[in-house]
Amino acid sequence: MSLQPLTGVWWKEVDPAEKVWIGLALLWCLILFAMMPLWAFTGTQNPSFETYRITNVEFQKKVEAFVEQNRVGEDRGVPVVAARPGQDVYMLGRMWSWYPVLKLKRGETYRLHLSSMDLVHGFSLFPLNLNFMVLPGYEYVLTVTPTQAGEVYAVCNEFCGIGHHQMVGKIIVE
Amino acid sequence: MDRASAFRTCVHTGLRVHLTAERLIKAHAVAGVLAILVGGVAAVLVLLTRWPAVHLLDPALYYRALTFHGINMLIFWIIFFEVAILYFAAPIVLGSRVAWPRVGWVGFGLMVLGSLLIDVAILRGGADVMFTSYVPLRAVPSFYLGWILFAVGALVGVLNFFATLVVARAERTYEGSVPLVTFGALTAAIIALVTLAHGAIIYIPTWLWSLGVIQNLDAGMYRLVWWGLGHPSQQINVSAMVAVWYLLATLTVGATPVNEKVSRWAFVLYILFINLASAHHLLVDPQVSPAWKIWNTSYGMYLAVLASMIHGMTVPASVEVAQRRHGLNKGLFEWLTKAPWGNAGFAAFFLSLVLFGFMGGITGVTFGAEQVNIISHNTLRIPGHFHATVVAGTTLAFMGLTYYVVPLIWRRRILWPRLATFQAYAFGIGVAIFAAGMTTAGSYAIPRRHWDVQFTAAAFQPPVEAAAHVFLGVMGLGGLLAAVGGALYVLITVASVLFGPRIPDEPGAFRLAPVPPARGHTPISGTLVLVLVFLAAFVVYYFLNWKWLAAIWLVK
Repeated sequence: MSLQPLTGVWWKEVDPAEKVWIGLALLWCLILFAMMPLWAFTGTQNPSFETYRITNVEFQKKVEAFVEQNRVGEDRGVPVVAARPGQDVYMLGRMWSWYPVLKLKRGETYRLHLSSMDLVHGFSLFPLNLNFMVLPGYEYVLTVTPTQAGEVYAVCNEFCGIGHHQMVGKIIVE
Repeated sequence: MDRASAFRTCVHTGLRVHLTAERLIKAHAVAGVLAILVGGVAAVLVLLTRWPAVHLLDPALYYRALTFHGINMLIFWIIFFEVAILYFAAPIVLGSRVAWPRVGWVGFGLMVLGSLLIDVAILRGGADVMFTSYVPLRAVPSFYLGWILFAVGALVGVLNFFATLVVARAERTYEGSVPLVTFGALTAAIIALVTLAHGAIIYIPTWLWSLGVIQNLDAGMYRLVWWGLGHPSQQINVSAMVAVWYLLATLTVGATPVNEKVSRWAFVLYILFINLASAHHLLVDPQVSPAWKIWNTSYGMYLAVLASMIHGMTVPASVEVAQRRHGLNKGLFEWLTKAPWGNAGFAAFFLSLVLFGFMGGITGVTFGAEQVNIISHNTLRIPGHFHATVVAGTTLAFMGLTYYVVPLIWRRRILWPRLATFQAYAFGIGVAIFAAGMTTAGSYAIPRRHWDVQFTAAAFQPPVEAAAHVFLGVMGLGGLLAAVGGALYVLITVASVLFGPRIPDEPGAFRLAPVPPARGHTPISGTLVLVLVFLAAFVVYYFLNWKWLAAIWLVK
């Protein structure tokens, strides 16, 4: 029993049913492992590794320049920015908003730059369910291609203080 | 008191019990039950706020209650109980004295002091920073100091365990190799050592930062090192829980491990690989590379998952063998259908095994795949997963063990044994419903740690699918059932310790399942069928998630 010390020769032959299971489990584990590199090379959804160190001031400057050049309107006090296909687009997270509102085209590819001005934020496209982390001091570049038209929302899904639940931004896909 | 008189022999198990070990177990268990009591009150408040139909607390109190709930449950309840298990697994199982009795009490004192500092900091509003306290979110210095003291105290308990193993060996209190339960506890202790070291490495600079001594801490570095504490501390739970499964299998049906070599190798795989899993939390972070993510999130080619899948067979197989040797030999499943389902210890143990595997294990491995994490990270899928592992799995197993700790350590009968059985089912099934509702709501992108999924106060109000609300309701109802089970656990345990009839030191006064005599080869075909069903469920859920992933925007 599991409470008794073992004496003598206790490393016995493994039961055939156990051998079958260990073999199957090992095979499944290797399949689980293979799926990730396989998807990294052939799949269309992979976490980006284009990432740069940046200061708040530098990032904010880039975002302001982007907004100034491409601004097309305003939605509830937040500038709406229309981007040309293939363009670099920016979204800045801070307590407790995403800035600006982006207007993208379905089927076109954009380089989406994300960073935070203060705390750690979560960039979650709602209700699409696409989630990335946004850290202060890091500029994270996701190369995204929207596949459905309509409005999606950037919900913060990492706790960032008392107003965390108010932090919702918007992306319009035409 | 001289050393000889400091022992008693347990008439029910034949174990030689060092009274200091017994007192240390009692102290840690009491602290653990207090933590689950206060953490449980916070759990109900959090539940009733996240359930949109109720939406009880205001935002400040909700985030405070959530921080309080996470730390009291995941750290205080679990680690106090685990240190108690260590004081059982070395001194009592091996019939040895505790190596350093006084040091043991110092460790306990540090853990109590640390937990009080943390709880006071949270309740006074100085640490609304969640369980993870990601910098640059800032709490009062006493919060971080509390973590350091608690971690050092737990580390002292772990070192006392190692020292006791050395003493037992040197004083020859046993012959041969240590029993499997001790081996499993040793696995948990080794993982704990690595985990708590990470805790010290990250909380010491964070404490200095909160005092203004250090000016700047990198958010990415913090997340990397913090999860060296945060995730492996859950792997202490896994190892300790598996050791408790083997123990409860012995206590409830007289089970003997089918093959010691296999079970021990599986524990060794935990030691070698399971700590890599801190990567699970960084899969959609900017600071680490895909190669790093893939290797680490897979625990080095999933060899720690292999270990859990092995235990997932060998534990029920040991029950099957014991039951068949007791004469329940008909067909594939008589051993299971005629198992002692009315025994609270067995019910808790077997439910814990099934729920941990089918719900916690499958979801954890799936969400931990690098790319699938894109559709899981920080949504309700994540707490849905870990409530299935650490609550339906670990906590339920520890509850089952409590129904043996009270009679064997306190030597008091459990008052209301039938209520205890009901408690195990209510808690297990409640958490299962809760976690299923939560995980499914999360697949509609409902965020975790969020006060208002209606987004009423936000600049924009994203539409929430009606189905998501249905599953949040399922979560609420399951959570209430679990809360009833949790409250009954505290009530039964405290009442039995205080008012349970004393069990006399006479053979037969407390009945443990007899260990059936070994004979020939006993088939484990029923267990093989069960694990094949498990594998089928795993394969289906895993590939469904890749299908869901392929339906979102393209991203690289």
